[in-house]
Amino acid sequence: MSEAQLDARRMLCPMPVIRTQQKVELMHVGETLAVCCTDPGAIHDIPAWCRVNGHEVLDIVQRDDEITIRIRVCDA
Amino acid sequence: MTEPRKAVALISGGLDSLLAAKVIQDQGIHVEGINFYTGFCVEGHTHAIRQKDRARPKRNNALWVAEQLGVKLHIVDIIDEYKDVVINPKHGYGANLNPCLDCKIFMVQKAREWIDKRGFDFIVTGEVVGQRPKSQRKATMPVVAHESGADDLLLRPLCAQNLPETRPEREGWVDRNRLFAFEGRSRKPQMALARQFGFEDYAQPAGGCCFLTDRQYSHKLADLWQARGDRRYELDDIMLLKVGRHLRPRPHFKMIIGREDGENRFLEGYRQQFTHLFTTSHNGPLVLIDGEAGDEDLDLAAQITARFSQGRDAGCVDVEIHRPDGATLTRKVKPMPGDRIPKDWYL
Ligand code: SF4
Repeated sequence: MSEAQLDARRMLCPMPVIRTQQKVELMHVGETLAVCCTDPGAIHDIPAWCRVNGHEVLDIVQRDDEITIRIRVCDA
Repeated sequence: MTEPRKAVALISGGLDSLLAAKVIQDQGIHVEGINFYTGFCVEGHTHAIRQKDRARPKRNNALWVAEQLGVKLHIVDIIDEYKDVVINPKHGYGANLNPCLDCKIFMVQKAREWIDKRGFDFIVTGEVVGQRPKSQRKATMPVVAHESGADDLLLRPLCAQNLPETRPEREGWVDRNRLFAFEGRSRKPQMALARQFGFEDYAQPAGGCCFLTDRQYSHKLADLWQARGDRRYELDDIMLLKVGRHLRPRPHFKMIIGREDGENRFLEGYRQQFTHLFTTSHNGPLVLIDGEAGDEDLDLAAQITARFSQGRDAGCVDVEIHRPDGATLTRKVKPMPGDRIPKDWYL
């Protein structure tokens, strides 16, 4: 299964979280999403959003100014 | 067993909405949170942008509250619809360009639509009678309930005992005796209740929940409207009002001047949209021009740009000017002395 991608670069929090939420709403349980962002606040906010809404953060990779957060959609 | 009743709580990220949701949750109600993003919300933006703050990005308080409560949080983008609230508030503004009463009505109305769609039973807010001079007076409480269309499905647990009974109380979904009668500006009852619940480290916003309560921010927004001859804005406009030093040397253009590397980097993202300047002979800020600047205006802008560069005391500074169409101009200018920049150019 290919991984869904979300480009949230240059967006300021909470926009990356909102876009993630909108994307996840359209996805199915078990699918994964890679969110690419530049606002360092997203390192806290996207995992916090996943915790409260019951989704799983697979990993967070930071390269220069870009942060990629991979999420698995769970049955919340 | 019957399903528990369901409520959606408006979560701003402050203490009051946290307590209100908790009080209802403790009565066995299934609570989920909703948080509205208007574009003006006091988020970690400036922290995300400014270099010195990047090491400690600010948390999102609404998400923090949801975690404390162990509830889901739905963050809703209302940026576009909210414009009408800011531009034409039926009930007017507060001390600055904050349309608090219309804003509350609008958010409760959106929550009302949300519960209808999702099959929730009622709406919870952290409002307290008399807490804020304009939007949380006793007289405005029914206005919010009525004009939002929520009517008696709107429950304010922190001051419910001071208000007429709502449907959740009447129907016995919640016990009115276990709600509160907080009133006035004192924060003590809320702080005591927070202690009782074991909440610490909650956010205590000083002015209000958004930038519109900030005098300087409102001044910049009013200036934007006046300069354009039209009360409208895009998300980029209101983001840029949070960043940099804003100077309006002429009615038809203003300068947005990065104050440090983080801001310069953020402003770089707007280079395609705006005429921009920077110094090449010395280190200096990135400057965006918002409006129409002719040749003379650009000379002036170049002198001001040089003033905010490290060449401010030099005899001559090289400045490059880039138009959005790709045209590049260069200027050699003498930096404008700081005391020649009139105070009222600063927004
Ligand atoms: S401070 Fe801002 S977000 Fe809060 S009620 Fe007033 S206008 Fe709305």
